[in-house]
Amino acid sequence: MSLLLPFEYEFFRNGFITAIIVGALCGFIGVYVVLRRMSYIGHGLSHAIFGGAVLSYVLNINFFVGGGLWALLAGLLIHGISHRRWVGADAAIGVVTTSSFALGVAIISTHRSFTRNIEAALFGNILGITQTDVGIVIFISIVVSCALFVIRRPLLFSTFDPEVASAYGVSTGKIDLLFVMLLAVTVLASTQILGVTLVAAAMVIPPVIARYLTQRFQTLLIVSPLIGAFCGAAGMVLSFHFDISSAATVVLTSAACFLVVDLALLARGKKAAPIHDH
Amino acid sequence: MINPHDHRPGDPHSLHPSSVEERLWHGSSAVPLVELSEVSSSYGNTVALENVSLKIHPGQFMAIVGPNGGGKTTLLRTILGMVPVSSGKVLLRGQHLARGSLEHIGYVPQLEAIDWNFPITVEEVIAMGFFVKNRWFCAIGEKEKKKLHNIMERLNLTGLGNRHIRELSGGQQQAVFIGRALLGDPELILLDEPASGLDIRSRDDVIHFLHEINHQGVAIVLTAHDLNWVAAHLPWAVCLNHRLIAEGRPEEIFNPEVLKEAYSGELVVIHQDGMVMIGERPHAPHT
Repeated sequence: MSLLLPFEYEFFRNGFITAIIVGALCGFIGVYVVLRRMSYIGHGLSHAIFGGAVLSYVLNINFFVGGGLWALLAGLLIHGISHRRWVGADAAIGVVTTSSFALGVAIISTHRSFTRNIEAALFGNILGITQTDVGIVIFISIVVSCALFVIRRPLLFSTFDPEVASAYGVSTGKIDLLFVMLLAVTVLASTQILGVTLVAAAMVIPPVIARYLTQRFQTLLIVSPLIGAFCGAAGMVLSFHFDISSAATVVLTSAACFLVVDLALLARGKKAAPIHDH
Repeated sequence: MINPHDHRPGDPHSLHPSSVEERLWHGSSAVPLVELSEVSSSYGNTVALENVSLKIHPGQFMAIVGPNGGGKTTLLRTILGMVPVSSGKVLLRGQHLARGSLEHIGYVPQLEAIDWNFPITVEEVIAMGFFVKNRWFCAIGEKEKKKLHNIMERLNLTGLGNRHIRELSGGQQQAVFIGRALLGDPELILLDEPASGLDIRSRDDVIHFLHEINHQGVAIVLTAHDLNWVAAHLPWAVCLNHRLIAEGRPEEIFNPEVLKEAYSGELVVIHQDGMVMIGERPHAPHT
């Protein structure tokens, strides 16, 4: 079977382009997610968006509009609750995301007719990606990337050394909030292809692989999106040929890359630097 | 390169800290760089600082000593505007201090607070110093790169720019963060326990860097636990235990009475050959 065969189908071309863009975007923002120890927030936000996705469907609102507003609201709530001294960020995420997810489940239970759409929201569906969706994902990716580029210095400073960043005049609270907003929008853009259950993996695995390959932050910001884009592309092609869920294949491709790099480093006797010691 | 250890007491051009200190600020009528006037602050119901009054003059080199939890770090954070003041006032060059307006103050945190697995190189950390004064969007051009490399050379970090920060010795790691603070052209650098956790050689390197920086006119205030290190290397000390207990030359204020008040324990102070040494009094065996 020719490797180029799937590209004869428009749905695949749309899915392929989206997977590459989403992979690169998740790999890019994922560097900060991992270094800021916010992996759980990415996971939680994707679940929170599920509630928004279901609600958008019921109210007949565009997914990106309804889900986007819902994601931003969830991000604001998580940020607001986690910055109260007596509630940890993990608990705040737990409260907001499970509530939102439960709302989605509750609505589904009263509208059993759209089971297939809900499956798509949960596990991703490349068949549903139109050229308009591709355009929206490209637009979101450009906006998020530009925003991350503009705030790259205060974001790096507040990620590496928040106390000193604050002393040097960085509004760490505002930077945190803006970052959660960008993360919410990224999760939204990624949900259609990866599904809410697997989107977090696309934000965590590529930066972790890249971290194994470089100790330089600027290089990490280049290598991680490249790995994300590669895993997106390779995952889509494999998904077509093996007839497996595209989202699962993208994540499994990332996991396989991680395993290969880890074993290669072990074979070379080089101890990979852990991202965090506990 | 200036070597502060080559000082010649009595020589008017000596690099001895006390002579430099006297030339630069002692008895000077200049406006203090930082002035704390009866400052109190607290964390909830816990008092951290109580009516602390202190002046930091341009070019001064000062250690803040005191017990754990005695308010040393809080004092630094108060100067930086990071801790709300419940009473009193903090003035920077006679003006009220506002958070984020500290463009002339550099801050070096405790090394223990740093995530040493963060993927960042020596040069990337030092370059963060450009961001002070809210210059977040300016380009780092040739002029800035030259300045960065000059600072790395001053701190003996030349050739280490691409190394990961974890790969350096303790003294070099401290130098990296001092370099970051220096890049903003500060008049004052605050260091939180720069000698903590370092071996003797690294501590020697650090005090060497700091003396050199101080000789170029930058005021330095650091917190420290090792009284002997302070007595040996610093010209001025402040003894703090929530309130200011004593301020002066280490050989003058490191006496059993002051130390007992600060640390609530018996310490032995020995003066020998112009040096002050502080030791713990052994506990009497139980009979």
